[in-house]
Amino acid sequence: MKAFAALLDRLVYTPQRNGKLRLLVDYFRHAPDPDRGWALAALSDGLDLKGAKPALVRALVEERTDPVLFRWSYDYVGDLAETVALIWPERPGANRPPALGEVVEALRAAGRGEVPALLARWLDALDPTERWALLKLITGGLRVGVSARLAKTAVAAFGDRPVEEVEELWHGLAPPYGALFAWLEGRGAKPELGEAAAFRPLMLATPLEESEVEALPFEEYLAEWKWDGIRVQLVARGGETRLFSRTGDDIGGAFPDILEAVDFEATLDGELLVLRDGPEGGEVAPFNDLQQRLNRKTVTAKLLQRHPAHLRLYDILFEGREDLRSLPLLPRRARLEAFVAREKPRRMDLSPLVDFASMSELEALRAAARENGIEGLMLKRKDSPYLAGRPKGPWYKWKRDPLVLDCVLMYAQRGHGKRSSFYSDYTFGAWTPEDELVPVGKAYFGFTDEELKRLDKWVRDHTTERFGPVRAVEPGLVLEVAFDAVQRSTRHKSGLALRFPRVSRIRWDKPAHEADRVETLEALVEG
Amino acid sequence: MNKPRPESWLRVEPRGLYVVPGDFYVDPVRPVERAVVTHGHADHARPGHAKVLATPETLAIMQARYGDRAGSGLQALGYGEPVTIGEVTVRLAPAGHVLGSAQAVLEWRGCRVVVSGDYKRRRDPTCAPFEVVPCDVFVTEATFGLPVFRHPDDRGEIAKLLHSLAVFPERTHVVGVYSLGKAQRVVRLLREAGWDGPIHVHGALQALCALYEELGVPLGPLSPATVAAKAEMAGALVLAPPSALADRWARRLADPVTAMASGWMRVRQRARQRGVELPLIISDHADWDELTRTLDEVGAPEVWVTHGNEEALVHHARQRGFRARALSVVGLGEEDEGEALGGAS
Ligand SMILES: [Zn+2]
Ligand SMILES: [Zn+2]
Repeated sequence: MKAFAALLDRLVYTPQRNGKLRLLVDYFRHAPDPDRGWALAALSDGLDLKGAKPALVRALVEERTDPVLFRWSYDYVGDLAETVALIWPERPGANRPPALGEVVEALRAAGRGEVPALLARWLDALDPTERWALLKLITGGLRVGVSARLAKTAVAAFGDRPVEEVEELWHGLAPPYGALFAWLEGRGAKPELGEAAAFRPLMLATPLEESEVEALPFEEYLAEWKWDGIRVQLVARGGETRLFSRTGDDIGGAFPDILEAVDFEATLDGELLVLRDGPEGGEVAPFNDLQQRLNRKTVTAKLLQRHPAHLRLYDILFEGREDLRSLPLLPRRARLEAFVAREKPRRMDLSPLVDFASMSELEALRAAARENGIEGLMLKRKDSPYLAGRPKGPWYKWKRDPLVLDCVLMYAQRGHGKRSSFYSDYTFGAWTPEDELVPVGKAYFGFTDEELKRLDKWVRDHTTERFGPVRAVEPGLVLEVAFDAVQRSTRHKSGLALRFPRVSRIRWDKPAHEADRVETLEALVEG
Repeated sequence: MNKPRPESWLRVEPRGLYVVPGDFYVDPVRPVERAVVTHGHADHARPGHAKVLATPETLAIMQARYGDRAGSGLQALGYGEPVTIGEVTVRLAPAGHVLGSAQAVLEWRGCRVVVSGDYKRRRDPTCAPFEVVPCDVFVTEATFGLPVFRHPDDRGEIAKLLHSLAVFPERTHVVGVYSLGKAQRVVRLLREAGWDGPIHVHGALQALCALYEELGVPLGPLSPATVAAKAEMAGALVLAPPSALADRWARRLADPVTAMASGWMRVRQRARQRGVELPLIISDHADWDELTRTLDEVGAPEVWVTHGNEEALVHHARQRGFRARALSVVGLGEEDEGEALGGAS
């Protein structure tokens, strides 16, 4: 438990992805089996334990502490698991501290009624950081800023393998992943995938830079619209159907309408969208509507009816059991078109090709595409096999130009790592009709190191208030902010939020009162 | 003869705790005619008093910090040597807080009051350990007077730092430490843990480190953190005052891991607020278990709490059958370099 607790503790404070990765690799290198396997399961959301409700934890601690001191402590610390971890009375030598593997195995074997006694016994034996880690594990949701994808990337890096290889195996593996670690350490054979409806790592596109447009041999490429949904993979095999996110997370639970529509065997690549009624039948609804459907374990009938999901297909990886990934794109596309014509799958259609005769024609099409659901264009090389990862060259995404607004800097926060002495995270706002500034977004990239220095100095010279690492500043600096769309949001007082905001220019010259107004943003809201 | 009631001869005044039959103050916050100073931290040792009684180490620290303003008449008193001021016998006992730190043991007509200043109970290689002095009234701090403050073994915290240096060998590790006590203790702990690489210290720490050496606490070779080029700082270990961590000074460091050695690091929200990436729970103040154990060991029927989380410690002491009250002494608890901002110790 000690090493796992130390890992979680350190991850909580480490903001950079690369730092987290190094800590995880270091852990996998030093922790024994099966502990590291259970840890990997916990970090990749693959551990389903009989948990304990916060009320139970609270009852246990209240039996052991002065209620007044507990209340004051909880007020001070602010988090129940942490308060309990810290205040739990020490009983040195009470029991032998359990290893992570023992904890997990005991919880899996225990009946629900046995959990409180087990928990109390462990809490007696552990130190405060271990108690905190145990409580996080048992009350569900580690929330240490590690995604399943990052955990898989780390375990792949530990074995010096590409992450796609681990992802491809993933759904054939089970915790505590003894075979996976044995293979990664060169002690065992590569695990077999078997018959599972397994995720196959996706082929990803790289952005097309403006400087590359002219030289691109466009006749070698197919063009498609870039849809503003989420990229998914639908796998139907041996009677099992699964829907995976781009990173291999199983999101099928939130999309039963898609799963029910499957009566074939194939692995398909496409964009998950929400449709709504339009003048010519179903049209793509704003991204916000799709968001209503995401991150849910279950969905209501009402939601299914109001926001029906739809899959727009653009590639086929397997037809039946036949692996098509080594075929070039053109014959693969032909197979996909034939598949759709034959199967006529419900809730799915084909992502159409965009005809063009020159890059300038394509550029004009891209600039004109402003309707919902289109983010720009995809360019895919006709001879490209389906390659896992993000190879540079065969697939490009060419987004339409972003929208820009002039916003006023309101708060600045210190960054982390290389930027820890700089105020580098900026919250900016727009003017209300009452001439008040309200925050509309936050950005922390889009400027050079030189500009960052100057911004940092400006923040320090114009601070009006400080709260911890955050400074409020005078409304005196205009940032030109680029973004992809405006959405309704409860996160900001303005009720609006920008999608993918980044600083495009610093308008040292522009007076703050000439910055944009909330009404301007309102007019841009999708819908 | 009946012992006098303690409140008949000790009073809390705006200037600090006043000892009536001796006509002196303990740790006064404003200039006074005669002061007994428990230790060198700025909230206890203020400049500008006329006469100051303290341990030789504390006087040396005050002179290093204040020069001529340390006081016009400085009287050094070693641990355990009694002196009489007015009608009061004064003796200094080690407090285990920082080098030279003392509890003031005050006796008048058979009543003994121990003003403990700041203290801790665990081992510290840079100062003498706390001495338990039985008494009628024990005057205690309560900086970490909540049962959530349980400082771990400091060797484990140093191991966290060394582990981080192994995982991120190219990043500078900069540790925020208070200049008096914490800096030197962390250096010693690093040496004990076998760190034989260089330790760079920020300019603001150098004078007190040199003074500790002079006073017999060996720290080994320390390099200045001010002259090194950025490339040389890759993977270096640097100690700096907390105020420097967010300062432009930190830019000379290579992609720093910001660590902070303080008892406040026990609470995650506090550590996060300070932008700390590697919190090290190392404190020069007693934690909750040390505070409550000390009340039991000293065995004074009456406990006065000067500063910190007075409320909780008073509550606990009353539950345990002590007469207890909060003195709410103004001006204590604001140790060094902006401690009031987020807490050091
Ligand atoms: Zn102190
Ligand atoms: Zn103090």
